[in-house]
Amino acid sequence: MSEKKISVAWKFLSAVGLIYGLVLVFNQELALEAWGDFVATLGRVLPMVGIVFGLMFFINLFLKQATIKKHLGRDSGIKGWIYTVIGSIFVVGPPYVLMPMLSELRNQGMKTSLTAVFLSNRSVQPVYLPVMASYFGWKYTLLVSFFIISFSILSGLIVSKIIKE
Amino acid sequence: MSVKESLSSVWRVALTALPMIVGILLLVSLLNPVFQKYYPSVFSGSYFWDPLLGALAGSIAFGIPVTSYIVGGELLQKGVSLVAITAFILAWATVGLAMLPIEINFFGKKFAFLRNGLNFINSIIIAVLTVIILNLS
Repeated sequence: MSEKKISVAWKFLSAVGLIYGLVLVFNQELALEAWGDFVATLGRVLPMVGIVFGLMFFINLFLKQATIKKHLGRDSGIKGWIYTVIGSIFVVGPPYVLMPMLSELRNQGMKTSLTAVFLSNRSVQPVYLPVMASYFGWKYTLLVSFFIISFSILSGLIVSKIIKE
Repeated sequence: MSVKESLSSVWRVALTALPMIVGILLLVSLLNPVFQKYYPSVFSGSYFWDPLLGALAGSIAFGIPVTSYIVGGELLQKGVSLVAITAFILAWATVGLAMLPIEINFFGKKFAFLRNGLNFINSIIIAVLTVIILNLS
């Protein structure tokens, strides 16, 4: 992780802080409503962030670069795609929480196309599917899940054609 | 990697990820209440406009997928078409305008725009396909 990336991240946070400051001046009600929503969301997200950083620590510690390259790298073949689809379904969390982990995996040899597959599959998660089914029915849920997985693979294939590994 | 090297690597990632995550959550908390009230009034039942608008709304909105199901379920009860809601739910989880800065930071501009663009189009196609198949069966 370069110093430049770290600096960009803090500049981004400062810019958002400035926007909040301006909204607070011109529309205090909206700023306070947004702040309450932010605090509630942060409370839900922080445990997931902790888990992801924990996972990253263990990936760095136990998974050798050669192993990642073998299973998710350029020569991983069809197995790499299957592992990624299964992993993306069972690893729960919003994309912005998982991006640091995927970036780390990519630095260690994961294919760009598989990163795209992983990030395109965020709606198919077993823990959430019963909620979707309770609103829209199981037929709808299974059909949508099938399409999401199929199109995530298609996205990965397109990414692999456009962005060289 | 040793324990010390692994901790150091995670720490460096956290220095970038945490301000980005906090910034994005702040931004989204500010944008969501502004856009949410307009959602029920802009959908007409069209197979072209509804998924397009649904995907646009989902790209702006943001959160864990389960929240989009609840919002989608409420919108369905208010009369918004299923095709719009499907595109909305899919774009919510896989397209993130507010997330672009963090995605660009980690994976580069080309990847971020390409992936989000593909997922935006996919949201619309999947929504239309799903509703057509459900109507046929």
